[in-house]
Amino acid sequence: MKKQKKHEILYFALRNNKVRFGFTIILFFLLLTFVGPLLTHYAPYDYVNPKGAQPPSAKHWFGTTMFGQDVFTQFVHGLRATFLVGAIGGALGTFIGIVIGFTAGYRGGIIDEILNMITNIVLVIPTLAILLIIAAYLTVRGILVESLFIGCTAWPWAARAIRAQTFSLRARDFVDLARLSGMKDWRIIFSEIAPNMMSYLLLVFILQFGGAILIAATLDFIGLGPTNAVSLGLMMNNAVLWGALLLGVWWWFIPPGLAITAIVGALYVTNVGLDEVFNPKLREM
Amino acid sequence: MLELEGISKVYRVGTFGGKELHAVSNVSFDIEDGEVVSLIGESGSGKTTIGKMILRLTPITSGMIRFNGVDISTLKGAALKKYCCDVQGVFQDPFCSYNPIFKADRIFGIVRHEFFPGLTGAQWSAKVEGALRAVGLNPPDVLNKFPHQLSGGQLQRFLIARALLLDIKLLVADEIISMLDASTRMDVLNLLADLKPRGLSILFITHDLSLGYYISERAVILYRGCVVEMGSTEKIYSNPLHPYTRLLMASVPRLDKKWEEVEAGLRVRAAGLPGGCVYYDRCPITDQAGCCDSRRPALVEAESGHLVACSQVTGQ
Amino acid sequence: MSLRVENLTVYYQTLKGDVRALERATFSIADGEIMGLAGESGCGKTTLGHSLVRLAPPMRFVEGRVTLDGEELPIWDTERMNDFRFKKISIIPQYAMNAMNPTRKIGRMAAELLRSRRVDFRAKLPELRSRLDLVNLSHDVLNMYPIELSGGMKQRMVMVLSTLLNPSLLIADEITSALDVSSQKAVAEMLVAFRDQGCCKSVMVITHDISILYQIADTILIMYAGQLAEKAATATIIHSPRHPYTRLLISSLPKVGVKQSERRLTGIPGSPPLLLDPPIGCRFRERCPVAFDRCTEVPPFTEIDRDHFVACWKAFEEHARA
Ligand SMILES: Nc1ncnc2c1ncn2[C@@H]1O[C@H](COP(=O)(O)OP(=O)(O)OP(=O)(O)O)[C@@H](O)[C@H]1O
Ligand SMILES: Nc1ncnc2c1ncn2[C@@H]1O[C@H](COP(=O)(O)OP(=O)(O)O)[C@@H](O)[C@H]1O
Ligand code: SF4
Ligand SMILES: [Mg+2]
Ligand SMILES: [Mg+2]
Repeated sequence: MKKQKKHEILYFALRNNKVRFGFTIILFFLLLTFVGPLLTHYAPYDYVNPKGAQPPSAKHWFGTTMFGQDVFTQFVHGLRATFLVGAIGGALGTFIGIVIGFTAGYRGGIIDEILNMITNIVLVIPTLAILLIIAAYLTVRGILVESLFIGCTAWPWAARAIRAQTFSLRARDFVDLARLSGMKDWRIIFSEIAPNMMSYLLLVFILQFGGAILIAATLDFIGLGPTNAVSLGLMMNNAVLWGALLLGVWWWFIPPGLAITAIVGALYVTNVGLDEVFNPKLREM
Repeated sequence: MLELEGISKVYRVGTFGGKELHAVSNVSFDIEDGEVVSLIGESGSGKTTIGKMILRLTPITSGMIRFNGVDISTLKGAALKKYCCDVQGVFQDPFCSYNPIFKADRIFGIVRHEFFPGLTGAQWSAKVEGALRAVGLNPPDVLNKFPHQLSGGQLQRFLIARALLLDIKLLVADEIISMLDASTRMDVLNLLADLKPRGLSILFITHDLSLGYYISERAVILYRGCVVEMGSTEKIYSNPLHPYTRLLMASVPRLDKKWEEVEAGLRVRAAGLPGGCVYYDRCPITDQAGCCDSRRPALVEAESGHLVACSQVTGQ
Repeated sequence: MSLRVENLTVYYQTLKGDVRALERATFSIADGEIMGLAGESGCGKTTLGHSLVRLAPPMRFVEGRVTLDGEELPIWDTERMNDFRFKKISIIPQYAMNAMNPTRKIGRMAAELLRSRRVDFRAKLPELRSRLDLVNLSHDVLNMYPIELSGGMKQRMVMVLSTLLNPSLLIADEITSALDVSSQKAVAEMLVAFRDQGCCKSVMVITHDISILYQIADTILIMYAGQLAEKAATATIIHSPRHPYTRLLISSLPKVGVKQSERRLTGIPGSPPLLLDPPIGCRFRERCPVAFDRCTEVPPFTEIDRDHFVACWKAFEEHARA
């Protein structure tokens, strides 16, 4: 019941090993997306090494691909794409989840039932099939299109979770009191209910972020990714396509694979840690 | 001033909303200007539901509530806002009535934003301080604090002060002292009673008959959503007619008599709730040969200004 | 002597420092005694109850000795207390009835609880049924979910579950506070029945409603701001209290048959001190109407009459004069 002061949250967040661990890893990769491109003077798809696949060396830190492209350059640019998909897809998913969840939870009744139905439909729609159709129509697909698609299909569970939270907050007396003051519904939602769920919304966003990265990697890997960009998933797709696994060109697929695993893993660890921070019952004293 | 005319509330419950729960059935009573009316009943009897219907927080299933002759369910826009100015509520749990992440004065801020956007900062502070002093709080002690930094009693006073800002005509006080500490209960109750000279009417909701007696002129006894007895508190208190009212009397924990002394021989019998008297299955004086289990007794005037719904008492 | 507590001191560790929620508590509960524990919110009633059963962080054991039936309880060691918890000493926590797992049927919950204490559920079933009869609950409740029960029924169910192994001491924390008057009465009377039937030897009833204690308790212990103020037989506390706080507490209760227009009852002015940095001397000094210079020292909790303990300089003075 007690309000936790901001600095108290920060204190526990900084003391929580899971948050520290996850956050450090994410920060490291995020920095790499900014600093990385400055460290290389190639473009991702330039053929810079006529000798083809070469293991890591002083000139090409992560080695080169079968076509003689610099893996490090592709890696740092792909990392940027990955974060972009996570941010845009995650934000869009969270946003749609928030709008639908708040409306359904606050209004209840028939509106709730309709929105619930929509949520369930989106939940069971075969995403892959739709994507195949979209891929057939859009011959040129960018990171943005991919992120939008992910955002538009990943929100249902967020909407459900937010709806449930809104539902329980809505029954609290302070919401009744705000209604008695003649406050408009949307103002009640955003100034009374939402602030109470801030920690929850942050967790939803983190999970959506990680989820979007994972979905993007999967899509890229099966060849439904962007056609005009570089991403970690695409790197792995190409590596597999050109037999990197069989030929032992491990430096082509290990860095992107490892990075995706590390980022998504770190996000989940951060999520668990933050959960402990926000929920005093889970805090280790 | 406020008239409840045969109001009922049915909730849909069960997994698919298949079952009906009659929380309030056909309740009628009125509240005069400047009158304190107690609504008394055990938990689940529908007291809060009635309060929420009056406050327009929950829709009425059937029946009508009239405020100064106007059906409140038809109010819209400016008229609705005026109604909010006239009728306000204070709820049971002081800690749930505040948004825990904001300072407690926020409840005043909302009122200012919605009703007094024209006032200057100084005018507004003066108004708030006046209201706080009227509820016995010292403004510098309590302003600018978070809800958890204030006691339950202070928080309830805050809510009463909020209602006073609006210059209300009717206050719905739903069990406002049952969550408070023994040492502050009486003070909050006195504060409520002291508002009467302002011409305020109060609907005082409680489960404790003795508290209702302490501050109100009239009492309405509710059992399973039905009014079983109503009238002047004095008469009900000195001569409780309905067996349920007597049970309520016997259950009040008191410091002068032990329960055994007060208790009348009460039998508890298990039976369903048929179309008959709502209190049939727990009633010690029911007549098995009679019609208690088949006909719902109507409210009948037993003496002037004192109504009861029990066929055994009224002899109908 | 069923329970004996000596010098028990328990603090809460917080970022701002120690909250001194219980200091130097010394009292005992006899076999078959129902002791009421009363005081304002935040005076340390729950802290006292919990420290006897499960003293877990942020609570910190500072000093003290607790013996139950002649055996010392290792209350500072949560692991070793497992042997006593639920079997010898059992607690019904504040808000327990709202803490029941809503997705478990009551019967399943009981079975899990017993299994966690390595007791055979089947063997206990007949006993469980007879206890349900004792509290007027039908046997069907075992197949119901908690939401299907009313507050009073839930509270009685919790009582049955926590006394199933016939503990020596049952601690009931505010089990009547959230109920309406008729359920309050039913639950309170059942506590007495439990004691009479030997379901538990002695009971500690925590509440801030002294009128309930008057109805069921044999003795009453009054606490104020983390310290014991007065303990005596119920009649003595109600009719001839010695501590000024006890007197004010009793006079602040609603009286039956009083109308505000005829006789105005009042509460206790002021509020209890913060326990993070409690005042020196008697902690009630600020609100006490009869405080005098002596009160800057801490009054010891002393037996002034047989079984009548009080901690107040004024009371000592009055007693010496009488
Ligand atoms: N987890 C905690 N951390 C810090 N302080 C605490 C904690 N729990 C309780 N306290 C403090 O310890 C003191 C005693 O609290 P306790 O819960 O024992 O009171 P109580 O007498 O049971 O009150 P109530 O009638 O409200 O249940 C209070 O000052 C309270 O603020
Ligand atoms: N939102 C709701 N949905 C379904 N049933 C409800 C709801 N609110 C109250 N009830 C039911 O209506 C009855 C009356 O409740 P309430 O008015 O809260 O009683 P009281 O205030 O007298 O304790 C109870 O049986 C309760 O369970
Ligand atoms: S010791 Fe002094 S201050 Fe404390 S209660 Fe007694 S008279 Fe009052
Ligand atoms: Mg209620
Ligand atoms: Mg407590």
